[in-house]
Amino acid sequence: MWEMAKQRDAYGKTLVELGRQRDDIVVLGADLCGSCKVKNFGMEFPERFFNVGIAEQNLIGISAGLAASGKTVFASTFAVFATGRAYDQIRQSIAYPRLDVKIVATHAGITVGGDGASHQMLEDIALMRVLPNVNVVAPADYIETAKATRVVAETEGPIYVRLGRSNVPIITQEDDPFEMGVSTMLEDGTDVTLIGTGIMVSRCLKAAKILEKQHDIGARVINMSTIKPLDEKAIVKAAKDTGGVVTAEEHVVSQGMGSGISQVLSESYHVPMKRVGIPNVFGESGGSEELMDKYGLTAEHIVESAHDVISRR
Amino acid sequence: MPTLDDVRVKELKEIARRVRIHVVKSTHAAGSGHPGGSLSATDILTALYFEVMNHNPEEPGWKDRDRLVLSKGHSAPALYGVLAEAGYFPVEELMTLRKLGSKLQGHPDMRKTPGVDISTGSLGQGLSISCGMAMAAKLDRRACRVFTICGDGEMQSGQIWEAAMFASHQKLDNLIVFVDRNNLQIDGSTEDVVSIEPLVSKWKAFGWNVKDIDGHDMEDIVNSVKELEESHGSPSVLIAHTTKGKGVPFMEGSLAFHGKAADDEQLKIALESLGGDL
Repeated sequence: MWEMAKQRDAYGKTLVELGRQRDDIVVLGADLCGSCKVKNFGMEFPERFFNVGIAEQNLIGISAGLAASGKTVFASTFAVFATGRAYDQIRQSIAYPRLDVKIVATHAGITVGGDGASHQMLEDIALMRVLPNVNVVAPADYIETAKATRVVAETEGPIYVRLGRSNVPIITQEDDPFEMGVSTMLEDGTDVTLIGTGIMVSRCLKAAKILEKQHDIGARVINMSTIKPLDEKAIVKAAKDTGGVVTAEEHVVSQGMGSGISQVLSESYHVPMKRVGIPNVFGESGGSEELMDKYGLTAEHIVESAHDVISRR
Repeated sequence: MPTLDDVRVKELKEIARRVRIHVVKSTHAAGSGHPGGSLSATDILTALYFEVMNHNPEEPGWKDRDRLVLSKGHSAPALYGVLAEAGYFPVEELMTLRKLGSKLQGHPDMRKTPGVDISTGSLGQGLSISCGMAMAAKLDRRACRVFTICGDGEMQSGQIWEAAMFASHQKLDNLIVFVDRNNLQIDGSTEDVVSIEPLVSKWKAFGWNVKDIDGHDMEDIVNSVKELEESHGSPSVLIAHTTKGKGVPFMEGSLAFHGKAADDEQLKIALESLGGDL
């Protein structure tokens, strides 16, 4: 099966490489610098690294000031604090003035596990994608996280990057392209489309295999690594080519990526749809896989949804 | 210690008078806005832009300029008045304040108004931004300083103290804060709403240089900033004692004019008390 690695390790490693290439990159953390993997940047470039302590509102404000003075800023903490605690700071001080700040949040989603609901951020895609001027990226694996880190550094303006805590399968290749706003088709098929983001992309691939082997259904699999701007062209084309769409995200289904896709399709091309994700509830403590199972985020759930979509065609 | 001569003080006072007229007229034309807190901060802003800060209206994006963060963004009319007087944009544009399509938004917008260094409006956030600017200046080894004007009501905001703790930890001695201590916030006296005193000892406890000043005395404002140039290693805060609505008697100390513009009749009276229209 697939090799496993943590997205945040790729982020930390790539940041150091970027730091060597560009002296205008400044990195900030908020007392979770080890967990967020920004510590290594701090060791190599102590003068361009600031730990602001447990003060996320200040983290975002300081980032704004640095960016207003010409720096490209990477600010990192857990997704729940980055987007929840500091929402107004992101809105007023980063998004509205369109400053060059990359909020790279780790520990997003229910796979945070044992820490429970207080630390499992399931609403961050919603919070960030609704903000004008802010783009949203959720890489699928280690390799794509490294590429995304490079691309967001070179893309001017506010960007939210969503990373998880756990080991996730490596499903992309080094030479796969990564472009803001452009999705990639990992498998082609004509019976149904599975669109995943973040750690759900590998589960879409697994679901596609099951659909093919057990049910003779050919599924197209799309990696929607940019949630905003959405790749509307690929979404509409997939709907036209396959006649049904299943979306999958480790996030509440209300106002996540799937909602974004349903909004696109409702205005341009109607097909049956099903959104795989977490209902509008808080999580709880448990093992990552146990939680993914309980909250409906396995390949089997995607397969079931594909059948539902096909049956409604 | 260098001091201002009488002629210069007179000049600064005249500019401040003009700015006050702009504040009253532009908010009147808009039919809304915050004249009270604009008038209390007018002398500080005038002293900064006309005597203290290194800046160039011909080149608003000059990298070595001193920065101004108006953390109490609702005092925008005073900032706009000062920027127009300094030559960042025509004085006539002040009358477009808050109107559709204007460069002059209700609260400062760095993307719309030349000379505005940062967008503000949601209280409590400016000081963190100033910290970032002060850090960037140090990283780039630029001599620029970051001036920040906070409202006294903002002292109730937790983020101010996050930033205060951080600034002294980072030894941001290129950061100078004015607290516009006019004693009033929209719901009443700061001491009645949630007491912010003792303010001096609070800032001292956070590791800052602190000084009480008269926020309407040009010499006190200018000289106090100059004195700070001698102090290294710590950020500084000047608790500027001011009067809300300063210069317009019926607005002075008035809660009503925190967030309300003068009507036609009040405008006439206000202009008279400011020595007549320009």
